[in-house]
Amino acid sequence: MRDALRGEWTKLRTSPGTPWAVLAVALSTAAVSALAVTTVRCPCATDTMTLTLVGVQLGQAVAAVFAVGVLGGEYGTGMITVTFAATPRRLTVLAAKAVLVAALVAASGAVGVGAAWASGHAALDEDFAVRPVAGSVLYLVLVALLGLGAAAVTRGSAAAVGVVLGLLYVGPIVGGVLTDPDWRRHFRQVSPADAGLAVQSTLDLDHLPIQPWQGLGVLALWAAAGLAAGAVALARRDA
Amino acid sequence: MIRAEWTKLRTVRGWVAAMAGALLLIVVLATAPGAGGTCDARCALPTGPEGQEVTDSFRFVHRTLTGDGTITARITSFTGTRDAGPDANDPVLVPWAKAGLIVKDGTTPGSPYAAVMLTGAHGVRMQYDYVHDVAGPAGRTGSDGRAAAQWLRLTRTGTTVTAAASPDGTHWTTVGRATPDLPQQVEIGLFATSPQYSEVSTEVFGVTGASGGPSTATAAFDQVRLGGTTATEWRSQQLGGPSSTPETNGPDAAAPVTDGPGPPLPDTGSAEDGGVFTLTGNGDVAPAVSGANGLGFSVTQTLAGTFAGLILVVVVGAMFMTAEYRRGLLGVTVAASPRRGRVLLAKAVVIGGVTAVTGAVAAAIALPLGSRVMRANGLYLNAVSTGTEVRIVLGTAALLASCAVFALAIGTVLRRGAVALTVVLGLTVLPYLLAVSVLPAGVADAVLTVTPAAAFAVQQSAVEYAMVDNLYLPNTGYFPLPPAGGLAVLLGWTAVAFAAALVLLRRRDVR
Repeated sequence: MRDALRGEWTKLRTSPGTPWAVLAVALSTAAVSALAVTTVRCPCATDTMTLTLVGVQLGQAVAAVFAVGVLGGEYGTGMITVTFAATPRRLTVLAAKAVLVAALVAASGAVGVGAAWASGHAALDEDFAVRPVAGSVLYLVLVALLGLGAAAVTRGSAAAVGVVLGLLYVGPIVGGVLTDPDWRRHFRQVSPADAGLAVQSTLDLDHLPIQPWQGLGVLALWAAAGLAAGAVALARRDA
Repeated sequence: MIRAEWTKLRTVRGWVAAMAGALLLIVVLATAPGAGGTCDARCALPTGPEGQEVTDSFRFVHRTLTGDGTITARITSFTGTRDAGPDANDPVLVPWAKAGLIVKDGTTPGSPYAAVMLTGAHGVRMQYDYVHDVAGPAGRTGSDGRAAAQWLRLTRTGTTVTAAASPDGTHWTTVGRATPDLPQQVEIGLFATSPQYSEVSTEVFGVTGASGGPSTATAAFDQVRLGGTTATEWRSQQLGGPSSTPETNGPDAAAPVTDGPGPPLPDTGSAEDGGVFTLTGNGDVAPAVSGANGLGFSVTQTLAGTFAGLILVVVVGAMFMTAEYRRGLLGVTVAASPRRGRVLLAKAVVIGGVTAVTGAVAAAIALPLGSRVMRANGLYLNAVSTGTEVRIVLGTAALLASCAVFALAIGTVLRRGAVALTVVLGLTVLPYLLAVSVLPAGVADAVLTVTPAAAFAVQQSAVEYAMVDNLYLPNTGYFPLPPAGGLAVLLGWTAVAFAAALVLLRRRDVR
């Protein structure tokens, strides 16, 4: 495992796109949040913590695309055969990539979410709360892991990006269209973006479709399922 | 050339599956909205003479008129209250509260009429047949800040109804003329009504809060004079409310409305005292709109699956070109057909054509299927004309086809599928999602005017009327651009991307 980790880290740090992607996750999260808190006129009737952390909605797309590219990009260049030749145990490769993607997105997400909270504190006098802030960083990590799993299943970047972005963005749209309140609540308990973002809420917790940590747990289940499907696909199919 | 590209498209199992999946998603998600309603045939709204659904509800004090005639009256006071929400019982006249004179074909809701009226904030107006609105002189305010006395006159001669207004009863200005389809025997008289109001209460990045509710208006008329062959007795009723039983007007008591199946309405009524008629009414005489103030759901919701189908279509469109870069196939393609412009054009034709057909079939199935499911489950759908439905279906097909070609062009420019996908989805789906959920109204409208997401306006089925107060926001189905305009924005983006792709394809190496 250590060799696999070292190999993956070498690939990541020598790839020209990696520093840009890591920077982009932090920047997009912080920028959108800063934009939100500076254009708001308060006193706000809404949950200001959710407002402060709204940048995660864009940061999640950047994190997902980065994670998909880490594995999907190898298929595109044909590098994957070399990787599997060097490390025949394919699940080790997947695990090493998952660990490194999680670490990089966690670091970048921490910077981005931290900057977002700081702008919220400066503009709206938002107090620090561990659950929303740490939960948002975890949210980004889980979305990235979901993307990694999707890339393993589809053996390419483009389709995986489509799947993950579809799940994250079309889910809330469809949830908004449902007319039956029960269906809507159940849908929002299951949809990865809706459930995962519940971790950011601090007000009106009784009326959320799902409780904060449970919501993040639902997203964790999605990420686990994605990685599991990816592992099965890697083990059984040709590279 | 086209045949070659068609072969490439249909022999990749994944792409064919994706297109089929797009069709399936659009159709399946059409049934998503349909659950849980309590309406049946009785929920239908009345229909006006020009075919739209209308609201026809007002306090009417009237006599029967046979043939030609005229009515003149002076409004001496016009006040109102809001009946719900944070401003409940505030003495405020909502902007489109109406009081004035009306001539109407009977008392059935939805029948033709012509009216001249004083409104809460839009002055004197003539309105007829629900969708026509003519502005007259602005309302004047007296020295105490309240509305000054306003003379109004309505004259029916033959098939024409003329409306006139005057500040003093001597100098009259014609507000307008109309020719509603009125029979010989009509009801003519005084009316007062006040519509649902709505306003944005908080508008911040993250939520648009709205408040609203019903309102009531009270107007006092004096110097009422009738000309022509009229019945001798005034009758008074609240038209279109839960109870519309006509009552004869007495000299003093107001006639309260009995509670019907809906929530209890504030008391409406009328009274006459020494020639002064005081009317209290609520409701509206206008087209029915959907949304915050409105009733019913729009058929556009049956096409919520378009977003899911769009993602699949965009994936195929981008990969159609980026796969050639990835596999090195582009060298072979260009060797087979050196004119690269034709290659790109053939790809665009193939992917656009396939997507257009898929989209048209999917929308043509989804729209009626979704409507039927919603109605069967007791949800009230606002009626739309067949022309609008056809426009929605064809527009959705054009929207999907154009997005596929846009993805193809961006894929050619960027040469990397994942990045191209993110860019295209970020320009088409993300703006719509942000506009209906977190953006304030002004920013949402701007975003939906400038980005390719404007093309979703082709699916708009609700009509916006200047004479009805409502929150015309993207999240209730009102887009800032008309359907053709929105599609034109998307086609513009596609054309620019296509031109860039053409230039770059010719100039760059095939790697």
